[in-house]
Amino acid sequence: MSTFDWKKILQIGLIGGIVGVLIALVGMVEEFNERDIIAGTLTMGWTMLILTVLVMAYFVAGTVKAHSWLNVAAGALSGAVFSVVMSLLTWMVDSFDLRQTLVNASPSLVKILTFEQGIPNGLITLIVAGIVVGAVGSAIFILPERIRKAVTLGLGMVAFLGLMQDIIQVSLAGFEGLSDAIAWMFGRGIENGLSVAGAITVFLVVSVSNLLWDTNAPKVNARIEKLPQKSRRSLKWFGYGMLFLVIIYLPAILGLYLTEVVNSTGLFILMGLGLNIVVGFAGLLDLGYVAFYAIGAYTVGVLTNLSGELTSSFGWNFWFALPAAVALAVIAGVMLGIPVLNMRGDYLAIVTLGFGEIIRILALSDFLKPHIGGSQGIVNIPPPKFLEVLVNNPQTLYYFIVAGAVLALFTSQRLRDSRLGRSWKALREDEDVAQAMGINLVATKLMAFATGAAFSGLSGSILAVKLGTIYPHSFALLISINVLALIIVGGMGSIPGVFVGGLLLAGVPELLREFAEYRLLIYGALLVVMMQVRPEGFWPEATHKRELHEADEEARLTAEGQEA
Amino acid sequence: MQSYRIRRINWTDLFMWLVGAALLALIIGGSYLTLQQGKYTAVQWFDLAVFGLAQGSVYALIALGYTLVYGILRMINFAHSEIFMGGAFIGYFAATSMQRSGFMEANPYLGIVIIFLVAMTTSVIIAVLLERIAYRPLRGAPRLVPLITAIGASYFLQYVFRGFFGTQNRAYPEIAVIKGTFPLFGDFQIQKIQVIVIIAAALMMAFLAVFVQYTKTGKAMRAVSEDKSVAALMGIDVDKIIVSTFVLGAALAGAAGVLYSFMFRIVTFYMGFIPGLKAFTAAVLGGIGNPPGAMLGGLFLGIFESLGPTLFLDGLGIPAPYQLKDVIAFTMLVMVLIFRPTGILGERLSKTKA
Repeated sequence: MSTFDWKKILQIGLIGGIVGVLIALVGMVEEFNERDIIAGTLTMGWTMLILTVLVMAYFVAGTVKAHSWLNVAAGALSGAVFSVVMSLLTWMVDSFDLRQTLVNASPSLVKILTFEQGIPNGLITLIVAGIVVGAVGSAIFILPERIRKAVTLGLGMVAFLGLMQDIIQVSLAGFEGLSDAIAWMFGRGIENGLSVAGAITVFLVVSVSNLLWDTNAPKVNARIEKLPQKSRRSLKWFGYGMLFLVIIYLPAILGLYLTEVVNSTGLFILMGLGLNIVVGFAGLLDLGYVAFYAIGAYTVGVLTNLSGELTSSFGWNFWFALPAAVALAVIAGVMLGIPVLNMRGDYLAIVTLGFGEIIRILALSDFLKPHIGGSQGIVNIPPPKFLEVLVNNPQTLYYFIVAGAVLALFTSQRLRDSRLGRSWKALREDEDVAQAMGINLVATKLMAFATGAAFSGLSGSILAVKLGTIYPHSFALLISINVLALIIVGGMGSIPGVFVGGLLLAGVPELLREFAEYRLLIYGALLVVMMQVRPEGFWPEATHKRELHEADEEARLTAEGQEA
Repeated sequence: MQSYRIRRINWTDLFMWLVGAALLALIIGGSYLTLQQGKYTAVQWFDLAVFGLAQGSVYALIALGYTLVYGILRMINFAHSEIFMGGAFIGYFAATSMQRSGFMEANPYLGIVIIFLVAMTTSVIIAVLLERIAYRPLRGAPRLVPLITAIGASYFLQYVFRGFFGTQNRAYPEIAVIKGTFPLFGDFQIQKIQVIVIIAAALMMAFLAVFVQYTKTGKAMRAVSEDKSVAALMGIDVDKIIVSTFVLGAALAGAAGVLYSFMFRIVTFYMGFIPGLKAFTAAVLGGIGNPPGAMLGGLFLGIFESLGPTLFLDGLGIPAPYQLKDVIAFTMLVMVLIFRPTGILGERLSKTKA
C-alpha cells in the first residue's frame, strides 16, 4: 500500500511533537494557562497545543492519497506520536530537576500536562487525547469544503470570543437589558471565558449562518447588482456614514482602557502607513525607521517641555512644535537618504539599521545629556490645547490620532495613484529600467524617504504628548521591526493591509497581556512562515501578488501548454 | 529639465564629500588634541590596542560566517548573530556543569576543548536547521523575501533562547588557567585571555583559508559562489555545498561565541545582536564575499573601535566618549559604503550584484 506513507506520517508527527515541546519549554503553556477560552474546560495554553495537533493532523491527512477512514487513521497516528513526545518531555521534567537551565521546566508544567492526575494516569490520558484530537484534525480534512469552512470559522469564533471575553463584557456592561444574556454566555465568577453552553451556541450559530450565507450569497449579491445605480450608491454612502459614526463614538463605547489600546494601535498604524510608502511603494527596506519617530518625539519634547532640567528651555506651544518636529524628521530623512542613494536591498537595510542605532545611542549618551536629557529622558511635556480642550486623556488623544491616521491615509492613497507613486512602483520593480524610462532616481528616492519620515515624525510627536515623558528606551530597534512586521503581514504596498496588520500585530497583543512576553517570538515565527506560505500578506496589493506568484503562473501556463 | 540640472551639479556627491571632509577633520583634529594633552600613557594605549585586537579577532570570526554565506547565496544571514549567541549559551552550560563537578579543575585544557566542541556543535545544528527550514524553500525568491525571513528567524531564535533559559544575565564561571597576565617589558603586560583569543582566532582563520583553498569541498564552494548553475553542471551538489558553507560559518561563530564569553564573562539571550552587527560591518569593510577581507575588516574594526573614542573624541572634551563607540563603528560602515562600496579588498558588490 503506497498510499499510507508510514515514514512521512511519523516524521510529521515528530516535527509536531518538537513544536509542542518548544511551546511548552518556552513557557507559553504555563503562562497562557491562566486564561480560559471555555470556562473551566479549555485554557488558552491547551488551545495552543491542540491547534498544533489539529494543523499537523490536517497536513498528515493530506499526505494520504485516499478519502476515507485511512486519512483519519493517519491523523490519529500522528496525534499519538505527538503525545508520546510530549509525555517523554513530561516524564523528563518530572524526574530530573532541569530548572537550573530550562527555567520553564517546572512542576506546574507537569501538573498541566498530566491533567493533575499524576504520572502514569495523566500520561495515558494525554496520549488518548492526542489520538482523539489528531483524528478530529484529519476528519476536518475529509469533510466537504463547504462544511469544513463553516466548522473552522465556528471554532475560530469560539476561540476569539473566549479570548476577548473580558473586553466584550466591559464594553457591553452599559446595556442593562443584555446583562442576563451576557451572564449566560460567559458565566459569572472567578473563571473567565465562554460558558460551555455559550461556546456551543456560538459555534452552532456561526457555522450554520456561514453555511446559509454560502448558499445564499450569490442570490443576495445578484439582488444588489440589480438595484438601480442610485440606490446602490446610497447604500454605499450609508455604509460610509455608519463607519463614520462608529469612529466618532468609539471612545465613548469602549471606555478608558480600550481607548488606550486603540490609541497605541492607531499610532502603530500611522507609522505603518509611513513605512509602507518607503518599503511597500518604493521597495527601499528601511530598518532605521524608529530614528524619525525618535526625532519627532525629541523635537516636541525639547521645544515644549517645562521641566527646566535641560540647559535650553524653549517653552513653545505644541502646535508650533509639531510642524518643526515633522520638518526635522523630513530633513533627517533626506540626510539619511543621500548616502544610501546608491545602495540596494541588503546594504540599505543594514545602513538604515545602523542609523537607527546611532540616533538611539546619541539620545542615551552623556554627550548630549544637557540638551536632550540622556538616559533620564525628557519629563513634563505639557499636553496641547485644541480649541480650549486639553488633549491629555485617551479619549481626546483618540481624536488626535484618528485625525493623523486619516491624514496619512488620504496622503498615501493620493500619492499612490499620482505620478510620484507610479515612479515609486517602477523603482521597486526595476531600478535600471525605471531610470531608463526617465525617472529621476535621486528625487524619487528622497521623496520616499522624506514622506515616510514625515509620518514617523508625526507619530513621534503624538507619542511625546501621549506619554508626557520620553526616554531613549522607547526608541529601540524593536519598534522598527514591529512596524515592518505589521506591513509585511498586512501586505507590502497595500494600504488596507496596514490596518489589518496593525490590528493583528499591535492591537491583539495589547489586549492579551500574556502575549507581551512572547510578542517577538510570535512575530519572528510569523515572518518566517509568512514568507514561505503567503509572502504577499493577508490583504495583498494586486501588482505585488502577481509578481510573487510569477513562477506559479508560468508553471501553470506551461502545464496548460503541454496538455494542449 | 530640472532633473537634468540636478544631475549636472550632482549636489548629492558634493554633500557626501563635505560630510566626509568634516569627519576627517574631526578625526585629525581630535587625535591631535588628545595626543597633545597627553592624558594617557603609552601603557594605556597599548592595552587599548591589544583589547581592540582581541575583540577584532572575534568580530573577524563572526564576519567570516556572513561573508561565506553572502558569497554563495548573495543574502545577508541576519540570524548569524543568533547562531553565535546559541553557541555561547550552550557552551556556558557546558562550562558551568564541568565547573560544578570539578572536572574543570582536574583537566582544564580538556575542559576548554569540550566547551569549544559543545558550542560549535550547537551552532552548527542551529545553522543547518535554519538553512533547511527557513532558507532552502526560498531559493530564487525575490531578494527581500529571504532577508525578511532572516530577520524573523533572528528574533524567533533570540526569544526561544529567552523562553528556554530565562532573562537573567548569567555570569561565566572563572576558569583558572586563562586568568592572569603575561608580563612583557617594563610596565607593559598582556592579559592571558586576550592572547588566547587572538591565537585561537588566527589558527581558525588559517584553517579556513587552507580549507577553502585546497580541499575539494572548498574548491566546490568557490565554484558555487562563481556560478551556481555551471557548478551544478560540473557535477557539484549545490545544496550540499550550501549546507557545508553554513556549517563552516556556524562552527566559526560558535567558537567566536566561546571566545567572546571568555572575554566578557557574561551570557544573555540578546548578546548576539551588537557583535553580529559589528561583524557584518567588518565583513562589508573588508569587502563582503571575500574571506581575507572579513578577517582584515574585523581586526581593523576592533582596533578602530577600541582606540577611536578615546583618540578622536576625548580631546574634543566630549564626556564619556566610550559610550559613542558604536556610533563610530556605524559611521565608519556608512562612510565605507559611500566612498568604497567594494570594501578594502572586495569586488564592487553593493551595487552590481545586489
